[in-house]
Amino acid sequence: MALKERDEFSGQLTTGHEWNGIKELNTPVPKLLWAFLITMALFGLVWTVLMPSWPGINGYFRGLLGADQHQAVQQTLAEANAERAVWADRLATEDLAALQADEAIMNVVRSAGPALFVDNCAACHGPSATGNVGYPNIAEAPMMWGSDPDTVAETIRVGINANHPETRFAQMLAFGKDQMLAGEEISQLADYLVSISAGPALPEDQRLAANDLFLNNCAGCHGEDAAGMVESGAPNLTDTFWTYAGDRSTIRQSIYNGRQGTMPAWEGRLSTAQIRMLALYVLDLRTATP
Amino acid sequence: MLADFTRGERTGALVILGTMVVLGLAMAIAGRHDLLGIHGWIVFGISLALTFGAIRQLDLPEPSPERLSEYYDAPTRTGLILTLIWGVVGMGAGFWVAALLAWPEMTFDVSWLSWGRLRPIHTSGVIFGFGGNALIATSLHVLQRTTRARLPDALSPWFVLIGYNLFCIIAASGYLMGLTQSKEYAEPEWYADIWLVVVWVVYFFIYMRTLARRKEPHIYVANWYYMAFILVVAILHIVNNLAVPVSFGSAKSYSLFAGVQDAMTQWWYGHNAVAFFLTAGFLGMMYYYLPKRAGRPIFSYRMSIISFWGITFMYMWAGSHHLHYTALPHWVQTLGMAFSVVLLVPSWASAGNALLTLNGAWHKVRDDAVLRFMALAAIFYGITTFEGSFMAIRAVNSLSHYTDWTVGHVHAGALGWVAMITFGSLYSLVPSMFKRERIYSQKLVEVHFWLALSGTVIYVFAMWNSGVIQGLMWRTYDETGTLSYSFIDSLVAMHPYYIARAFGGLLFLLGALTALFNVIMTIRMPAIGMAPEARGDLPAEPVMQAGE
Repeated sequence: MALKERDEFSGQLTTGHEWNGIKELNTPVPKLLWAFLITMALFGLVWTVLMPSWPGINGYFRGLLGADQHQAVQQTLAEANAERAVWADRLATEDLAALQADEAIMNVVRSAGPALFVDNCAACHGPSATGNVGYPNIAEAPMMWGSDPDTVAETIRVGINANHPETRFAQMLAFGKDQMLAGEEISQLADYLVSISAGPALPEDQRLAANDLFLNNCAGCHGEDAAGMVESGAPNLTDTFWTYAGDRSTIRQSIYNGRQGTMPAWEGRLSTAQIRMLALYVLDLRTATP
Repeated sequence: MLADFTRGERTGALVILGTMVVLGLAMAIAGRHDLLGIHGWIVFGISLALTFGAIRQLDLPEPSPERLSEYYDAPTRTGLILTLIWGVVGMGAGFWVAALLAWPEMTFDVSWLSWGRLRPIHTSGVIFGFGGNALIATSLHVLQRTTRARLPDALSPWFVLIGYNLFCIIAASGYLMGLTQSKEYAEPEWYADIWLVVVWVVYFFIYMRTLARRKEPHIYVANWYYMAFILVVAILHIVNNLAVPVSFGSAKSYSLFAGVQDAMTQWWYGHNAVAFFLTAGFLGMMYYYLPKRAGRPIFSYRMSIISFWGITFMYMWAGSHHLHYTALPHWVQTLGMAFSVVLLVPSWASAGNALLTLNGAWHKVRDDAVLRFMALAAIFYGITTFEGSFMAIRAVNSLSHYTDWTVGHVHAGALGWVAMITFGSLYSLVPSMFKRERIYSQKLVEVHFWLALSGTVIYVFAMWNSGVIQGLMWRTYDETGTLSYSFIDSLVAMHPYYIARAFGGLLFLLGALTALFNVIMTIRMPAIGMAPEARGDLPAEPVMQAGE
């Protein structure tokens, strides 16, 4: 047993142990630490008495406060729903066109709509709804399936080419790959579409030939004037909005390979009130956009 | 290396290496249609290279009996260098993933550069590569000095060090290929896990055998912690990695646990990895190198006892605080929270014991950057454990959980505590281990200290801000009762903090590079001729080695 020494600096005795020059003082545990330990241990003990805690064979101690996280979350959800019911019930049931004119409801839409839109729609349509390649600009471009509030709400509800039984269905055929049009004809149509959307106009004979091709192959869905048809969900080809870019090469690709974009159905994922709020929100964006 | 081995040990080394060559080849053949095959070839290649190296040294003369009157430090020396190399790799990967969060296009559409594959390289690289090698290297040093006994043999420490680093290589290369069992900090697949168990058991037995041969009547506190670290990590690792491989030719395996039991097992493991790998092991380091450098006795032996048993007993229960407000039953959450809160007491007792030990040596803390590293580590340990207990409170956790606050907390611990105590210990250990008079440049240690401190502070403050903002944005409702902010709004708000975090990480990485440079330059300095006797750095008496 090594000798206990008194440390000059602290005045404490060492324990008498030494390891390669390291010694230990035998300083008593400070009172403050005991107090701290007892306080915290008491807190821990009291907390386990109040809350569900110690396990047994056939269950666990429920705690004196009767706290239950499942009940707590149900209650919080019910309270939040009750708070929102003031406007949510109206949104879910009343006529959308009438709601559009209701300043109180539209204030709710403008306040709650942005986060709802960005969390659910922005991944494809972009945070300001102006679209991305493959996903249409719904803030400005004419809407392919119609832009009255009930139609927009229905599009959100059932989706496009989605797995909903009532989903909207649209497909642009692969005219090149499936050999309905020759390469030369596709080029003619691409030039024609560039000219009617962005200009400049084609020479008259070229325009007539391409127009013939258009009437025979495309007008069934896009309309004789190429302005699109909401019945078939086919876009307007005469404006400068393009879902898949309006340069000649991309247009050729679209005609050659066809297109079939998808929008998911939101019924079941969003509530009726949320779906109808999004319809009003998007239409409100469109009126705000000059 | 083989020059230190007796003839029996050389035969043993060849048998082990031969077995590994065969195992590697078997893995390569069985897994030829799987990524397991690539790992087979890696094991095969490394083992074969080591075998050739061993055969070339096979006929070296046997080591002289005088060696037994000295400590065996060669594995520690190699471990220290590996620590620094893994530190640079792991922290480099950390900087890269931090930059990826601020500028996601930096994956360049290359699958193995994607965030999900690089992130575990960062975490495993710093925890297991940097931290693990530091623990092995220092524990072998501390073990011998505090027992005054030489390691029982030369083969087993080398087996542990090389085997452990082989595990790290298998882990990191697996992540790059997309191999993971998707358990945080336990990503490596079944074959790597089994290998680590073998290595770890040998490590444990080195400890037990040396302690059994100790010449000191008492076992020093540092060794309590190192032993707790080795023993508990073995238990955690084995239980959490219980899994059934798809086949012996497949790298993929399925965990024994499912659902909430799986989550609870994982976080029992995860939190105790923090407790016993990143806390207990490094407390062992602190208990030796801090009083040694300060030249002061430990403040209170009694406080050491309270802290040790408090920490080992209470941490075991705390894991469920990672699963507040989940499918985990409420009663388990309550227990996790209660134990986590009480855990603050032994944690602060440890930090306090370290800082009070410095009483009478604060002038040294002011003048010596090496000791300052260790003092700062103790302060960060105190801060981080307070924060941890605080965040374990359910109501606080409802704000902090899933946010960058957690990331900030982890890095206050990892950078401020684990890395600082490691660098401090390493700087104080390197000169004597390599028999150099001093560290190459004390100025560079000073530079490293300030890089590390400013890097940590920038990092942690950025993440605290980002995390609290994030947590608040996720729970802010407007007067209509709906969310005020979209998720993307919170990302936009976090972006500047992500840039700041990457910058803080870069400073810390530069510090680690400074350390690597300083240590290399120290090794390149001329050795001092002084014999260990002159420094009093010798075991108690020559002891015979087993088998002689």
